[in-house]
Amino acid sequence: MNLLSAAKVSFRSLRANKMRSGLTMLGMIIGVSAVIIMVAIGEGANQRIAAQIASTGSNLLLVLPGSTTSGGLRAGFGSTPTLTLGDAKAVGKEVPSVALVSPTSRSSGPVVYGNQNWSTILQGVSPEFLEIRSWVTVSGRPFTQQEMDASAKVCLLGRTVAENLFGEEDPVGKIVRIKRAPFTVIGLLEPKGQSPNGQDQDDTVILPVTTLVKKLAGSAHSGTVGALLVQAVDGDRVKEAEREVASLLRQRHRIGPGQDDDFNVRNLSEMLALAETATRTMSLLLGGIASVSLLVGGIGIMNIMLVSVTERTREIGIRMAVGARERDILSQFLIEAVLLALTGGAVGIFLGAGGSILISRFAGWSTEISPGAVLLAFGFSAAVGVFFGFYPARKASRMDPIEALRYE
Amino acid sequence: MDATTIEIRGITKTYRLGDVTVDALRGVDLSIASGEFVAVMGPSGSGKSTLMNILGCLDRPTTGSYRLDGQEIGTLSRDGRAVIRRNKLGFVFQGFNLLPRLSALENVELPMVYDGTPGSIRREKALAALSSVGLADRAHHLPSQLSGGQQQRVAISRAIVNTPSLLLADEPTGNLDTATSDEIMGIFQRFNDDLGITLVLVTHENDIARFSRRVIRFRDGLLVEDAPVTGRRTTPAQGGTAG
Repeated sequence: MNLLSAAKVSFRSLRANKMRSGLTMLGMIIGVSAVIIMVAIGEGANQRIAAQIASTGSNLLLVLPGSTTSGGLRAGFGSTPTLTLGDAKAVGKEVPSVALVSPTSRSSGPVVYGNQNWSTILQGVSPEFLEIRSWVTVSGRPFTQQEMDASAKVCLLGRTVAENLFGEEDPVGKIVRIKRAPFTVIGLLEPKGQSPNGQDQDDTVILPVTTLVKKLAGSAHSGTVGALLVQAVDGDRVKEAEREVASLLRQRHRIGPGQDDDFNVRNLSEMLALAETATRTMSLLLGGIASVSLLVGGIGIMNIMLVSVTERTREIGIRMAVGARERDILSQFLIEAVLLALTGGAVGIFLGAGGSILISRFAGWSTEISPGAVLLAFGFSAAVGVFFGFYPARKASRMDPIEALRYE
Repeated sequence: MDATTIEIRGITKTYRLGDVTVDALRGVDLSIASGEFVAVMGPSGSGKSTLMNILGCLDRPTTGSYRLDGQEIGTLSRDGRAVIRRNKLGFVFQGFNLLPRLSALENVELPMVYDGTPGSIRREKALAALSSVGLADRAHHLPSQLSGGQQQRVAISRAIVNTPSLLLADEPTGNLDTATSDEIMGIFQRFNDDLGITLVLVTHENDIARFSRRVIRFRDGLLVEDAPVTGRRTTPAQGGTAG
């Protein structure tokens, strides 16, 4: 018997018992839709974390200047300016596991345009900074290495600053005053939203670090920078970069063996990686629990197939008498079980997709229906059908035709 | 071709029911030639049903040899016997044994579903078989919409659709009234006379057995009588439309 006619036979016998087939499918429908919804919620959480990682920049190290001890009082990291622009250049050139480096220095102060003013964070960085943070300008352009070398008075505005000073007006090309010095706005930055700890990342002005250090921060620490932002070549080499940066800086700062570092290297990706692991575990857990209901659905199928086989003993006997082989009977009942499971699975996928959309609309959770989960659920339902349908089908195929024909 | 359809030598069949063993057949020799029409008679428990099951390849003998068209059947596997049933045998049962959800036509198509005959040929052959028993106009009726006689005619169509070497009928008129029984027997006679189909029929009734050409009787697992029919009955209105 070919597959098509076997499928037709199976389909008819399922249709003959609509109520029973429907209820059996319900088990699969609930199981599959539960899996789809749970995976969608988990996937949504993952994507949020991934988006946060993307907005921070990936594979990042932050090098802070070291602490000093004076008179038994230990100051915190960053209290002593030990990092220089030269350090930044050296790290970028000499450490193979480092892709990009940007020195950063922070200050704060009012930015004035016309009769508007806005106090904000001033970040002095190098041209690599925007690339490290995967940040782009929506109008205008980033500053260049030449502008940095010349300590040019140019700046880029974050969205919040631009809105407060310029409203709807395009700030590019305008002159603003930062701590009384005139600066040309050469670009408007793409909005980045909140950082993972709730800070508005768009409330900032970005300018060349040389300009900030020389012209705005005063002369006290000329040539030193607040920190180094380092991006490793890829995720696997972050640890390596951490080690290599530290050893290079020790060498440059002439720190002998046994002496403490006068800087501190922090891995910024670790926290986010941790959060990612947590949500991934969570979504696995949710999917796992939902899979149990798929299993229950499968047992429902097995149960109904066993009833069906017993009920149709005589039919099996007749089919055997006219020449059905074991595998003909086996495939008939197996296809029936798989058909039940797959139809239930398909309906479950639609319900699950609908449910995920409803959840994200009404509960405000972000959900993400992944094609992988849909395929997996569909494949899994087919597997459930085969697995739980096999025993009843084999029972049918092993019947003694004489006994089966005599069955009332 | 060997003229002998069935060649049985020294067949025994022993069932085990718990500790008790039952000798259903205790050494039977039987030859049935191609084109014969044999009635098998005997009281309940005489072994005639067991013989039919073995002839029909539904069961196999404990010892002895059964050759159908020269092929040894006793040693075939389950699937091997299924293929023999499909290609060489036709069954007609007392209780008709039609599948209730399939139309008359689909019931007749059933044996061909399992040998992979393409759908259009299947339909054509099934319709021809139904026509030969006068039921072409009922092809799309469900068994429940047909009378007992009509259902048995559908069952006969199903049995002959693959042009079997051997048609086995187990009390085919047991559930039918006398007039309908005679009509069914007329159909069997016609298939035997006109098409030369070999027929083995189990019956309790002498009136029915007299439609055949040869009667064998069983008692206690042994073949005790084997004689040609005298005063053979025929029906004038064979394969009629009444039912």
